[in-house]
Amino acid sequence: MTNGFQIVVCGSLVPDPLQTLEPVTTPQGPGLKNETMLPSVLDPWSAHALFEAAHLAKQVAGSKVWLVSLGPKAKLQQLMMTVAQKVPFELVALDGSASGFTDAHGVAAALADAIGAIPGLDKSRLLVFGGCASASRDASVTMQLVGERLGICDQFVGVDEIHVQADGAFSVLERIEGGEYLASTCAGAPAVLAWATGNLPEPPNNPQIGMGNMRGVMPALQKAKPAAVGVGGIAYAKTEIPAQKRQTRIVKDASTDEIAREIVEWIRQ
Amino acid sequence: MTMKDVSQTITMLPGDEIRQIMWRYADRFDMQMAVMGARSVARGLIARLVADGERNTHDWTDAKNRMYQAFDESGITAAGLDMAYGGIIDGPRNLALSLISYELAWVDGGAATTSLVNNLALGPIVEKGTPEQREKYMRACMPPAPGEDRKIWRGSFALTEPLPYVGVDTGVVSGRVSVAEWEEGKEPILQVEKRGRFITNMAVANFITAAVDTEDPRIKTSCMVILEESDEGVFDRGTPTHKLVHQLSNTADPIFSLKIPASRIVGGYTIKEGVIIPNLTHSEIIEAVFSRTRVGVGVMSAAKLLSAVEPLIRYQRGRFRGAAGIEAGSPRYDLGLQMKEDALHRLADVWATGEAAASLGFEISRVYDQLTLIEKEAHQIFEAQGVTGGRALMKALRKPQSDAIEMLRLMAQPEGARDEARIAELKADTLVQFVWLSAVGNVLCPACKLWDTGYGANMLREAVSLMGGYGITEDCPGFLFQKWTDAQLEATYEGPEVVQRRQISLTMNNEVFLAQIELWVAELRLLGAAKPETGATALAEGFELWRWMLAFIGDAKDANGRPLSQSQRHGVLFPMADAISWLLAVRSFIADVQELAARGPEHPVIGPEIAGYINTLTDLGHMQVARAAGEVGRIGAELVYGYAAPAEQAGEAGSAFQKLRAKMEGSLAGSRLAKDRVGKALSQVMIPEALDYPL
Repeated sequence: MTNGFQIVVCGSLVPDPLQTLEPVTTPQGPGLKNETMLPSVLDPWSAHALFEAAHLAKQVAGSKVWLVSLGPKAKLQQLMMTVAQKVPFELVALDGSASGFTDAHGVAAALADAIGAIPGLDKSRLLVFGGCASASRDASVTMQLVGERLGICDQFVGVDEIHVQADGAFSVLERIEGGEYLASTCAGAPAVLAWATGNLPEPPNNPQIGMGNMRGVMPALQKAKPAAVGVGGIAYAKTEIPAQKRQTRIVKDASTDEIAREIVEWIRQ
Repeated sequence: MTMKDVSQTITMLPGDEIRQIMWRYADRFDMQMAVMGARSVARGLIARLVADGERNTHDWTDAKNRMYQAFDESGITAAGLDMAYGGIIDGPRNLALSLISYELAWVDGGAATTSLVNNLALGPIVEKGTPEQREKYMRACMPPAPGEDRKIWRGSFALTEPLPYVGVDTGVVSGRVSVAEWEEGKEPILQVEKRGRFITNMAVANFITAAVDTEDPRIKTSCMVILEESDEGVFDRGTPTHKLVHQLSNTADPIFSLKIPASRIVGGYTIKEGVIIPNLTHSEIIEAVFSRTRVGVGVMSAAKLLSAVEPLIRYQRGRFRGAAGIEAGSPRYDLGLQMKEDALHRLADVWATGEAAASLGFEISRVYDQLTLIEKEAHQIFEAQGVTGGRALMKALRKPQSDAIEMLRLMAQPEGARDEARIAELKADTLVQFVWLSAVGNVLCPACKLWDTGYGANMLREAVSLMGGYGITEDCPGFLFQKWTDAQLEATYEGPEVVQRRQISLTMNNEVFLAQIELWVAELRLLGAAKPETGATALAEGFELWRWMLAFIGDAKDANGRPLSQSQRHGVLFPMADAISWLLAVRSFIADVQELAARGPEHPVIGPEIAGYINTLTDLGHMQVARAAGEVGRIGAELVYGYAAPAEQAGEAGSAFQKLRAKMEGSLAGSRLAKDRVGKALSQVMIPEALDYPL
């Protein structure tokens, strides 16, 4: 691996999961109550992908990370005040809806076009990262569709780990049923990796990284191209949030042994 | 007057986009990033420390010590440094540091204090130190870059000292410096004896900036010196202070008996006829540096009040859920205590106080940012004019003062009828700007510290009471009990309330400040005429009444023939200081709401929702105007009638006062309806499912 990877991470904003998320019907289709005002975070699945991308770029000399984000650009700008402080990247912004109800095909088309238009992109070095799902609505198909549009056949979904070898080949662990992993080996880029949680903690905010990123973030936001994504041809018969099911007890000062015993009993049931 | 009975109200509590406009940092990405960095530490590590009971001891634990690393990594430490030394804020930093205090105090005031102390220690060096001192200590305080193996230095500031019986007097320094060795042709070595009291950061400090006086005839004046932990002698960190509050800051009573080179005198020294003459006395440094650091403390109390709103709403709504017979979907299930007007109105009072307190704190922070830029230029002008010393300076300021008054009075005239060219000319004058901003700052700063922390503490008690029995438990969401009790310290350190009242009682008489009030009154009258729902007219009448009261006490004598305006007559002057603080806080809030009204509609995110925010915040301001006007009327009545003989009614003055008071109170029409609407909005506003920090 002489020139490093070009790692493009697809990721955008979702409403802060702690907020009250109440589905409503809008003239544009389904949405969330007070959606524009809801504070946003980087979609947690994409966030894992971004942190893994930065980690990989650090390990493989000559690598670079882009973050391709589709969302209302004013909201993206706000999001960048936090995300830009995490890891170094170059932003490619697309101005459009980040709603969880948009059609994944339309979103994938916009993302693939934006990736294809990145100047100097070398497909032989390209790794496309993203989340295997989204916290806003779990269609779980966007990354695969992006890969198809870019003509990338090597796709891995639910990735928790990547190990790169000296020649650029890499092995990947993908989550499968029953807490097991599927281990695969890939000859090298290009590939699509839709990440699960990965293994890395969220990096602390680093203002120096933030200031470095912001030099590119603001111009990227200013020249963000509009992306006409929406509900598309999907007809939503009904939208609702999953019913809460809580079986929580608050117990203070329980010993580790007691907690362990209770968990074992529960598993045995 | 048009007053809509049904109008759009807020849909959610104000978020970042709203605050960035109100507090004027929407175009400052460096500040927005600093806010996010501070927030991640506050709602992460710091909240975890509080939730884990780390506040239950005044000892400085390893867990608490982790805050420093978090401050370094997130840019909080660097926010107090120049860009050349790894800083992250370009230009003056008052607003940025206030915003960081706000974010940290949202969770814990002690942690906010810990974040500020290093800046306090560095302050004298940054502002008044020699180039060598600045280079050495700012570089030492730079957080190490990733991979860099260097220990960061942390500082403490030691001004306060134990004095027998009377506590402390910052004007009298008992720390002593004397010449220990002075060999011919070499740098003098000084002996420093200093005992500190309530000194924050002592558990970790590597250097101390300490105020010392001298009885040694070979040293001319008092000064500030820099002490290092490796200096020869005693560097005793002292006994930890047994604080019941702010346990996330470390405080002790240290003892120093150290030998240091004379080059550690802050700002340097000269030698004349065998005498060391410090270039700056300790009081010159303190006046220059510490007049502004109080603002961050006021902002802390404001943050705590605003942080209480969401947990209170959640508590009120969920109060009866789970009880027998309370069905989901019933009003008691959905609204809980919010079915009752009293719960809503009292919550509205907490919220309005927090808004006014924050607006005042951020306004004075912005004034100081402006002043920081102007004063350097002003001092250069004075230097070029050969102006040195107090008397010469006062003489040199006479013309700019009279120009500033002229400018403010011109600005108070209606647009179109005033001399714009002259206003522009005066505004462009550095010295006019200097005296104008100084006069405003000299009242707003102590007013912020006094009102935000003092009245803020009272309203935090109210917030705790609104949680019922839950409020005094360690499980209370939002740590409200800790926030309330912490506020008592905030009202005390960096100058207790009496010191702030004393300062206001002097600075409120500045003619430039009084001309500024004339301008505010004119602006508020215009606003009140255009938007009566703001309560601006009543606020204008409040300022008018206060001005009349100031003139009244200037001339009046009590029934025993003693003048009311004697400078030590605290019973008269201090209530006047309280009264102006009430008015200033709500004026700042109204100004922020008007800024939102002007710039909010064009904002792509909040634009569609802006009407609701402006309506509710306007109502909140209006009800706070009524509260402030009530205080001014009450204080005025006590001063006008209270010093008259029992049989008298204060004569003509009484009639004039009654007329003005009646005019002010008559302008309060609609303020209580505004409170009703705020209450209704609070019962409908959407809040998150859970607090975004652990309990």
